[in-house]
Amino acid sequence: MQEKAKILDRETIQRTLMRMAHEILEKNKGTQALCLMGIRNRGVYLAHRLAACIKGIENAEIPVGVLDITLYRDDLTLLTPNPVVHKTEVAFDITDKNVVLVDDVLYTGRTVRAALDALMDLGRPKSIQLAVLIDRGHRELPIRPDFVGKNIPTSQNEFVELRLLESDGIDEAVIKQKKT
Amino acid sequence: MEWKRKDLLGLEELDKEEIELILTTAESFKEVSHRYIKKVPALRGKTVVNLFYEPSTRTRVSFEVAAKRLSADVINIAAETSSVKKGETLIDTGRNVEALKADIIVIRHNSSGSAHLLARNVGISVVNGGDGWHEHPTQALLDMFTLKEKLGRLKGLRVSIVGDIAHSRVARSNIWGLTKLGAEVIICAPPMLIPPRIEAMGVRITHDIDDALRDADAINVLRMQFERDERNAFPQQIDYFRHFGISTERLKKAKKNIIVMHPGPINRGIEMSSEVADSANSVILEQVTNGIAVRMAVLYLVSHAHDKINEATD
Amino acid sequence: MKLLIKNATIVDPACDVYAELDMAIEDGTISHIGAHIKEEAETVIDAKGKVLMPGLTDMHVHLREPGREDKETVATGTVAAIKGGVTALLAMPNTEPAIDTKEHVQLLKGIIGRSASAHVYMAGALTKGRQGKELADFAAMQEEGIIALTDDGSSVDDEGLMRSALRLARERGLLVICHCEEKTLANSGVVNLGLISTKLGLRGIPCEAEYKRVARDILLAEEAGCRIHIAHVSCEKSLEIIAKAKKRGVQVTAETAPHYFTLTEDAVSGYDTNKKMNPPLRSAQDKEAICQALRDGTIDVIASDHAPHTESEKEVEFDFAEFGVVGLETLLAVSITELLHTKVLSLPGLVRKLSCNPSAILGLCKASLKKGCQAELIIVDLHKEWQVTKRSLVSKSKNSAFLGRRLQGVVEYVILGDRVVHQARH
Repeated sequence: MQEKAKILDRETIQRTLMRMAHEILEKNKGTQALCLMGIRNRGVYLAHRLAACIKGIENAEIPVGVLDITLYRDDLTLLTPNPVVHKTEVAFDITDKNVVLVDDVLYTGRTVRAALDALMDLGRPKSIQLAVLIDRGHRELPIRPDFVGKNIPTSQNEFVELRLLESDGIDEAVIKQKKT
Repeated sequence: MEWKRKDLLGLEELDKEEIELILTTAESFKEVSHRYIKKVPALRGKTVVNLFYEPSTRTRVSFEVAAKRLSADVINIAAETSSVKKGETLIDTGRNVEALKADIIVIRHNSSGSAHLLARNVGISVVNGGDGWHEHPTQALLDMFTLKEKLGRLKGLRVSIVGDIAHSRVARSNIWGLTKLGAEVIICAPPMLIPPRIEAMGVRITHDIDDALRDADAINVLRMQFERDERNAFPQQIDYFRHFGISTERLKKAKKNIIVMHPGPINRGIEMSSEVADSANSVILEQVTNGIAVRMAVLYLVSHAHDKINEATD
Repeated sequence: MKLLIKNATIVDPACDVYAELDMAIEDGTISHIGAHIKEEAETVIDAKGKVLMPGLTDMHVHLREPGREDKETVATGTVAAIKGGVTALLAMPNTEPAIDTKEHVQLLKGIIGRSASAHVYMAGALTKGRQGKELADFAAMQEEGIIALTDDGSSVDDEGLMRSALRLARERGLLVICHCEEKTLANSGVVNLGLISTKLGLRGIPCEAEYKRVARDILLAEEAGCRIHIAHVSCEKSLEIIAKAKKRGVQVTAETAPHYFTLTEDAVSGYDTNKKMNPPLRSAQDKEAICQALRDGTIDVIASDHAPHTESEKEVEFDFAEFGVVGLETLLAVSITELLHTKVLSLPGLVRKLSCNPSAILGLCKASLKKGCQAELIIVDLHKEWQVTKRSLVSKSKNSAFLGRRLQGVVEYVILGDRVVHQARH
C-alpha cells in the first residue's frame, strides 16, 4: 500500500480533540453522568485524551472504559484463526450513564454496531453517543456519529490510517492507496 | 501467536506459547462471568456436544456453562442413554454427531487415547474432557490459570502434586503444562502409585509429604479413588490420611501463603482435612470459577474446525 | 520347459556361493549354475544387478483360516506371502477352531490343498482348544502332517502340563514353539511398561512377563531334552537367557520380527493401534540388543508374525484394539532396509535368518540353490524403493506397522518349480 497524503498532524489532532471535548460537554451540559468508552485499540487512547481535555476544561474526572468488540464482530465466523481476544475493562456501572463511544476512524459502521451490542450487555445506559476522529464515509449500516473530528471523503481503494504516540510513536493520519 | 489446532487433546503436544495464549485468552473471558448479562455472542449458531462415556457432573457442567456463555447451543450425550451400550463404536458415534452438524465435541472417556481416536476420524473440533489415565488438559489449564492469578507467574514456582499419580490424568496434564511454563514440579505418593520413569517427564519424586510441602508455593491434591483399587494395592484410607493427607498441622510447616488446590470432588478426611479444604489457603472454589473462563477460551480458540486432511497413508 | 536366469548375484549360504552367475532351470529343477551359460531357453530373465536367493521361509504366520476369513484366508495370505518373497510358511494353529485334532488338521490340509499358492506347513496346538488344560493328540496330528507344536497367542501356564508336552514332543521329534508370556506379570497391559505407558496412561507389560517365561521354558526343555524355538523375542533380558542356554548346549533357537529391530515404544505415541502388538515394542536399548543378537547369532530367525486384523478391530480405543500387525509383504524389505543397508547383517547373513535357518529348524529340505534341487527361489532388487500404503498391500488386512514408510527392496520374480509365480509390476 502506498502512502498518498498526510491529512492530520500532531497539532491538528490535539486541536481537533479539544474542540470535540467542548462539543461533548456542550451537548451533555457538563460532566454529570458522562463517561467515555474507547474501542480497542486506538479508540482507547483517544478516549483518554478526550478525558484529559475535559479535565482541563471542567476540572472534572470522568470515567473511561475499554471495550473489546472481538466477540461481537459479525465476521467472526469468517475469520481463521480466531482473532486474539483482549479484555473489556469497564470498572464502573454504565446503567443510566451518558456513554460516549470513541473510535479512531468511522468507515462501514460495523465496528460501532458490535460496540453497541457489547455495551448493551454491560448495562442499560441512558444514552449512547458516538465520537470519531475521522469519518471517511462508505457506511454500510444506518449509523451516524454525534461528534466528528474531520470528514475525509475517500474512495474504496483508499485506506485511512491513524497513528498515535501511545501505540505508534507519532501523531498523524495518512491516506494510503491500495496498489492495483 | 495464532491458534492453529482444530482440537485440544492434551498439553503434551502444545508448546509454551500455545498454553500462554489459552491462559491470556481465558483472562479476557473471566470478565464475562462478572457481567450483568453473562453472555457474549462469539459462538452464536455453533453447537457443542458433550459426549460423556464416564459420569462427571462437574466437568460436564463447566463445559456446558462455558459454551452457553459463548452463546453456543449445547447437547449432552451420556453413554448410558445413547446407542453406545448397544455396541456402536466411538468412531460411528463421532461421525453421527458430526452429521448433526455439530461444531465441537467435548469427549470424556475411560480409555486413554480415545480423544485422539475421535479427532483422527471426524473433521470437527474435539476437546479432550479427560481420557483414561492420560490427560485432562482443561483441568490442568484451570489449575495453572488459578496459580498465575494468585501468584502472578508460573515460572520458578514450586508446585507439588500429591496422590495417585499413576492413575491420574490431572497429574499428567499438570506436569506437561507446568514444566513447559518453567515451574518446578514435585510429585508425592506411595511408591506403588508412581508410574515408571516419570522422572523423565521433568519432575522430582518424593514419598514424604513433609518434603513435598517444604518450600512449595502450591500443592495440588488429587482425589484418591479407592474404588478403583482392583488388587488392594493401595494403602488403607486411614493410613493414607496419616501418611499423605494434608492436615492443618502439616500445613503449618509449609510456606504461610501456600496455595492448596484440588480438582474435586474432595474426600474430606482422606486427601485433606475439612479445615484445610475450607482454609484461606484453599482456592478450590476459585478453581471452579476459573474453569469456566478457561473452557470458554478453549472452545473459542478451537471453534473454527476445518475438515481434516485425509491421512497421508490412504 | 526351460528357464534361464542371466547375470544374477546368486546368494546361497548353504553352498557358500555369493557371486554373479547364470542359472538354468529345467522342468522345475536347477540344472546348471555357472558363468555365461550358453543354452537355449523358453524364458530368459536378465537379472543383472539383482540378487537371486532361496525363497524365504516365514515360520510365524497367522493365516486365520478356518474361522476368521474376514481377516485373511489361506488364499489371500499366500498371495501376500509370494509377493513378499515368502515361498514357504508355517501356519499358526490359533484358528477357530484351533488346529488341535486330527480332524482339524485334515480340514486345514484340505483348504491348503485347494487354495494355497505358496508352500504352507502346519503347526498343531499344544493343548486342546489352546486352553492350556489338556494336551492335544500330538501323534494323530503328526500323522496328518503337522511339523511343530505351539499354543501361540498364549503360553501354557501349567508347568506340569508344559513338562509333559515337552517330553511327548521329544518322543515324536516335534519342535515346540514357545509364545513366552506370563499373564499375571503382563497385567492386562497394552504397551511396554516404562516411559511410554506412563506418558500415554496405558497399562504396561514389563519385560519380566516375557523373559521369566523364556527362562522357564528353556529349563523345562533342557530337562526334557526337547527342541524348542522361542517366538517373537522382544527384549534384551530374554536374549541374555537364550544366549546362556545356547552356550551350555540347550537345543533352543530364537526368532524376532522386523518391528522389534526397527521400531521402539516411541512409535506408539499418538495411540497408533498399528503399533500395538504382543509382545509390545520395547525400548531403544532392547532394539539395539535385538540387532546385536542378530549379528552374534543368538537370534536365528526373522519371521513376520503376520497377524491380520480387520479395520473395525483396529480402529477402536487403544485398550480394545487387537494385538498384532501384518508383515508378510514387508518382512524382506524391512530387513533389507534396516539390517542389510545399515550393515547389521551381510547379505548371506540375512538370507540365513530369513531362509536357511527357519527351514533347517523346521526340518525342511529346502533353502538351497544346489544343482538338482527343486527351484524355489526369488530375484530381488535390493535398492528399488517403494512406499508401504494400504493400497500397496494385497493381504486382506491392512494393519501394517510400516504404513507410510519408504522401504528398499522389491521382489522382482518368484520362481516355484518351472513357473514364474510372481513378477513385480513396473
